[in-house]
Amino acid sequence: MDFGNLFGSPENFLSYTMGGLVFGAIYALIALGYTMVYGVLQLINFAHSEVFMYGTFAVAWVFILLHGTGSATWSLGEAVPVLLVALVAACALSAGVALLLERLAYRPLMNKNAPKLIALISAIGASFALAEAMGLRDRFAEVFGLDDNLADYVAPGKARDVYTNPVTIREHDILTIGGYTLSDVDLVIIVAALLMMVALDQFVRRTRFGRGIRAVAQDPESAALMGVNPTRVVQLTFLIGGLMAGAAATLYMMKVGVTRQNAGFILGVKAFTAAVMGGIGNLRGALLGGLILGVMENWGSALFGQNWKDVVAFVLLVLILLVRPSGLLGESLGKARA
Amino acid sequence: MSRVGSYFSPLGQAMDAVSDGYKRQHPAVKALILVLVALFFYGLPLLRPPLITTNEIDFGGVMFQVAAFALVALGLNIVIGYAGLLDLGYVGFYATGAYTTGVLTSQHGSWPFFLALPVAIAVTMVTGVILGAPTLRVRGDYLAIVTLGFGEIIRICVKNIEWLGASAGIKDIPHPNTIGPAAEPPFKPGGLFEIPRLEWDGLVPHLDKEHSVHFLVFGATNAIPYYWLILTALVLVLLGDRLVKNSRVGRAWEATREDEDAAELMGVPTFKFKLMAFALGAAIGGLSGSFYASGQGGYISPDSFPLLLSMLFVAAVIVGGSGNRWGAIAGGALVAYLPERFREFADFRLLFFGLALTVLAVWRPEGLLPPRRTRRAKAAAAEIEALEEGELDEQLEEEPRNV
Repeated sequence: MDFGNLFGSPENFLSYTMGGLVFGAIYALIALGYTMVYGVLQLINFAHSEVFMYGTFAVAWVFILLHGTGSATWSLGEAVPVLLVALVAACALSAGVALLLERLAYRPLMNKNAPKLIALISAIGASFALAEAMGLRDRFAEVFGLDDNLADYVAPGKARDVYTNPVTIREHDILTIGGYTLSDVDLVIIVAALLMMVALDQFVRRTRFGRGIRAVAQDPESAALMGVNPTRVVQLTFLIGGLMAGAAATLYMMKVGVTRQNAGFILGVKAFTAAVMGGIGNLRGALLGGLILGVMENWGSALFGQNWKDVVAFVLLVLILLVRPSGLLGESLGKARA
Repeated sequence: MSRVGSYFSPLGQAMDAVSDGYKRQHPAVKALILVLVALFFYGLPLLRPPLITTNEIDFGGVMFQVAAFALVALGLNIVIGYAGLLDLGYVGFYATGAYTTGVLTSQHGSWPFFLALPVAIAVTMVTGVILGAPTLRVRGDYLAIVTLGFGEIIRICVKNIEWLGASAGIKDIPHPNTIGPAAEPPFKPGGLFEIPRLEWDGLVPHLDKEHSVHFLVFGATNAIPYYWLILTALVLVLLGDRLVKNSRVGRAWEATREDEDAAELMGVPTFKFKLMAFALGAAIGGLSGSFYASGQGGYISPDSFPLLLSMLFVAAVIVGGSGNRWGAIAGGALVAYLPERFREFADFRLLFFGLALTVLAVWRPEGLLPPRRTRRAKAAAAEIEALEEGELDEQLEEEPRNV
């Protein structure tokens, strides 16, 4: 254990903490998709990680479309217009995939009143198929004879390799606290994620749609009798999860800049862990769980070494569940007060 | 996709009919059928029937994998199907069994395989108890994520601990001991006797003496003896599974799964039985992992045990029909076999596999071979629904039927 690394100087401590918060914010945004679907349907939407992965590709595609493939380094200010277009594209693609998933993999099962476990299998299958479809996009383009026109987007022969955003966003230091300098990119990620979480929380608490979601989460049959259309609500839930995943994908690509067809898997597992840690079905719990997970695993990697990062995350989860079996804030999408 | 599913529903009814027909037979007839089925599967890699055989790759090796998956599915079926505990980290036990065998026979010792096997099972069982004792107090879906975490922890630990070979893995794990004279390549293939295999020319079979199997030579050249070994283990586990399921323990599992609180009130120590299911399931996973480690390749590494494998194991149990041992075996076999059979689609096989999983789930939510109890429950639900809509039916009956 290397305490000197983490606690040796306030600079190190702050930099590990802030680094953790940045990834924690992204985990939290992805976790929303898991937690909302779980709150409404009580099922683990295993394919949500692929919804996020499609968003990351949409971001890279927008940059290639608007800038070209030549690598470049932009400051955040220069990148903002393209980033906004990328955000819209990522949200649209992720939400589209999420809705497709709901229509093809879940709704037929819900109509049949199937056991919950089989929905998990359907989701695992859909997750495989979505990830593979992305990894084989060059082959599909070939079938339609588009592989020359779309070469930059489908990366013929390299569709399974790492796919890089040609534009690197240079981090610019804006604030120095105790030797630690905060970069603009980190600040934007944390603030953007927090804003979106607050907006969603208010949406679920205060609007008519939000009331519908909470009603279905509490009791689908009574909600239906009171004039709420459960199918619509489930669709809306998947849509919101997809939108948040798209936003998370944009922030992720700002910071990391590379993706591939299996990039969603481990992030998805982490995000789900965050959702469970905070209390699945609970929006504020997802935020808290995401941030705690991000910070803790960064501290853990400082103490035990980078290799043990994921172990720290899971051990923490087990410990929290042993002490508080329903997560830090408890599970309650339906119980939130109006 | 549901429309696609409805095209297959006669097939599903046919499967139910076959399963019901079998259940109505006299016990002696049943036993005879079972023996014939077992013989067929023992002979399968020698018979090499057309359509089933995978031509591009060694069919014996594929059958070994199929049997290993079926064995794992049988173990996981105890945890998921009987006790109702969703375990997403089962690969951890598989890895524990494999690594115990690897450490004892190659990395830090030179034990013979058949001595290492029981130790591997015991170690995995103890691991199951150690992991289960704290986690089984967590209910339902939380258990899923906790076990998923443990599966990943085991893999990362193995990857980072030098003593276990770290990311290089363990090489040269010895094969099981050959029965009969040992092989002395290249002239004496060893073994007690030779069994030729069939080669098919279209639909016409002929004997192929070039590629004969030397009975119980565990070497690097032929995977079929390994297949026979693991199939034997499968049969033994199947018998044990049957005994346990029909005992007091099996009934306690069923009660716990259906309603834990009610079971506890009736005096079933549910925690104890859940832990027992977890440990027993783990032991079977370890057994299968041990066979995997000392298989034809004799090599294991942390990358052999990705989290995705856990998902495939769960998929095998659920697709086959959670709670039915035959369903679990069928599911495990399918999940291992389909990607190998359709290797000619090479790059597309995982895509098709994913789609097939989803279509299968949507088409037959109760699994391919659901336990009889599930089908009875489904029939009862349909009956109740019909009764509720009874008024409608009566009205229809009163109308003159002149169609």
